[in-house]
Amino acid sequence: MVTVQEAPSVTAPARRPRRKGDGRAAALYLAPAGILLAALLAYPIYQLVLISFYDYGQPQAAGNAPLVFLGFANYADLLSQAQFWTVLGKTVGFAAACVVGSLVVGTGLAVLASRVRSLPRMLLFLAALGAWSTPAIAGSYVWLFLFDTDFGLVNEVLSGLGLPFEHHSWTFGTLGAFGLVAAEVIWCSFPFVLVTMYAGIKGVPDEVLEAASLDGASTWRTTWTIVLPMVRPLLMIATVQSIIWDFKVFTQIYVMTNGGGVAGRNLVLNVYAYQQAFAGQEYGLGSAIGVVMTLLLLSVTGLYVRAQRRSAAWL
Amino acid sequence: MRLLPLVAGLALLAGCAPTQSTPAGSGADDQTGTVRVWLFDEANRAPKEAAVKDAITEFKAAHQGVEVDVQWVPVEGRADKFSGAFNDPANAPDVAEFGNTDVSSYAATGALADLTGDLAAWPEGKDLIPTVLDTAKSGGQTYGLPWYTGVRALYYRTDVFTELGLKPPATLAELTEDARRIRAAKPDLYGIAVGGKYTYAMLPFLWANGGELARDNGGKWTSTIAGDQAKAGVTQYADLLKDDICPPAQCANLTGTQSVTAFAGGKAGMTIGGDFNRKAVERGAVQGKYAVVPIPGTTAGSIAPAFAGGNLLGVFKASKHRSLALQFVELLGGAKYQEKMYAAMGNLPTLSSVQQKLAANDPFLKPFVDTLKAGTKFVPATPAWSKIDSQNVLPTAVQQIATGGKDPAAALADAAAAMNKAFG
Repeated sequence: MVTVQEAPSVTAPARRPRRKGDGRAAALYLAPAGILLAALLAYPIYQLVLISFYDYGQPQAAGNAPLVFLGFANYADLLSQAQFWTVLGKTVGFAAACVVGSLVVGTGLAVLASRVRSLPRMLLFLAALGAWSTPAIAGSYVWLFLFDTDFGLVNEVLSGLGLPFEHHSWTFGTLGAFGLVAAEVIWCSFPFVLVTMYAGIKGVPDEVLEAASLDGASTWRTTWTIVLPMVRPLLMIATVQSIIWDFKVFTQIYVMTNGGGVAGRNLVLNVYAYQQAFAGQEYGLGSAIGVVMTLLLLSVTGLYVRAQRRSAAWL
Repeated sequence: MRLLPLVAGLALLAGCAPTQSTPAGSGADDQTGTVRVWLFDEANRAPKEAAVKDAITEFKAAHQGVEVDVQWVPVEGRADKFSGAFNDPANAPDVAEFGNTDVSSYAATGALADLTGDLAAWPEGKDLIPTVLDTAKSGGQTYGLPWYTGVRALYYRTDVFTELGLKPPATLAELTEDARRIRAAKPDLYGIAVGGKYTYAMLPFLWANGGELARDNGGKWTSTIAGDQAKAGVTQYADLLKDDICPPAQCANLTGTQSVTAFAGGKAGMTIGGDFNRKAVERGAVQGKYAVVPIPGTTAGSIAPAFAGGNLLGVFKASKHRSLALQFVELLGGAKYQEKMYAAMGNLPTLSSVQQKLAANDPFLKPFVDTLKAGTKFVPATPAWSKIDSQNVLPTAVQQIATGGKDPAAALADAAAAMNKAFG
């Protein structure tokens, strides 16, 4: 009660007329971060955008060929490729499956972790941290070994159980390969969700839960109307992070499907950009793909954040 | 106020261009100092390093006040390393080893020295096999000394062939038939281990059927991959990737190395492998149970034209020690060290006299030398080839045909369109 009464006085300074020198102080405080961002983010993006308007390959980079300004030709070329749209669609579907998968697994295990005793919880966290700290390349190869056609443990166990999985190739079919890679991506990205959501659930004050149970709320009711709204900001962070990570998956697809699957049917946007543009040293086209991806991710994130602000009670 | 960043951005865009480095200068011809050399790192480098060390000792004895500094470049990371050298000529080496399929794209950066005249004046130059020397050319100029060459031939299991009463295939059609019979009799084996990503195994089929990758109309290339003969060749190769020979679920995505590994591990009746794969096969389960013949053509007694792979030694244009660099290249690429490199790494020499001498002593080399003698072919000598290669244009077509995703005509029409786009 005391805090509520004090609240107006806490917000009061914001309404006071600004003192002289505040702006300069603010600028000084922001300068280190600003300089870092400008050098590490703004300048590369500026160069990326610039290069995307030129015919820019290795001869141009080495200064042996004249620069030709193309305007939006790289973009027109990209958007007119049927394969680009196919790959974009697959990327969205693949990323969506990975995001939903890691959120469900991560949140589910976070709830579990908040209910069990400390020893099983510690084991769960150790296992999750192990998955989290495995480098993407190592993780991909371990999964490939496990699911190997001839020598993989999974096929051995499944066919041992009498299922028709002898010499089954997990990476051949389009859906099968995407499913396998998605499982690996979820495996290495759910720990982030788990840790975040566990912190969120633990952050819900006991008094509130106690009050709810005194009022006769069921567990289900408490979860939906008390816990979830309180952890929503964290859930949002986890979702946006997962969207950004999973949309940009490269290593797992590149390693596990041998560079995009049979006839390129498991390509995602990042691998496509690498194969079409950077490996062939067509930096102009590659930059255009980079710009398109950046815009897509920014707009997805922006839309999501806005939707969150507008409808505070979507859950 | 809101428009300000936009206006500023547009002004910046209009006023600036992406950064470029200054083109490589013509370098200098210092007679002392350090000659910097880039050579490819390899899985088992020690013998290569020993041979190169001998060459350096000999070179330093002949040149007072000269040091040779060798850096080992990983093959997979070569693109970044060479891009760096092209963008910053001051940090480029004097001498570098590189693959002959990269010549055209490297030459387009203007960073390599034209060695046409130097190789013509080199006494041993006349001994270089002409088709191999052609692989070092771009736009009519020679940018490297062919250090060694690599051609592929047909490896087959002698025990399996004897058991099934088969003879080494005399035509490509027989090859397919033998492969099918092997798999039918021994379902654990691939009839032949080849893969959708093994372009250099596919090319002999394409060429033997009279097809070509592309045609050069005076510097302007056009793809001919969708032609009838090329289509027959690619289809004949893709037909090996079937359940009754090499099932697509396992083979559609195999690369060359993986195909040879499968054969070496005793999982295939045949494979297409290079002279450079000998050690890998010898170390495998099939040691002493295999033999090699040239890949047959379409008619009995003919040999399918093989792809002439290989590595070159080139000199950078910005080198400050041009003649020293050239002399080192000529020493390392000369008869004496080609022979030493053969002994060390099994690399097939590019000088015909050395080749003949070695083939007379080592029967293993005969099928490869026969293949070279029958005539080899090369990929289009244009910078666009690197792009076509990295975009997986041909593997995609082969995989589409093999898996039935597209019929041959449609898959190859797509491939031709992609190639023509890369040619510009």
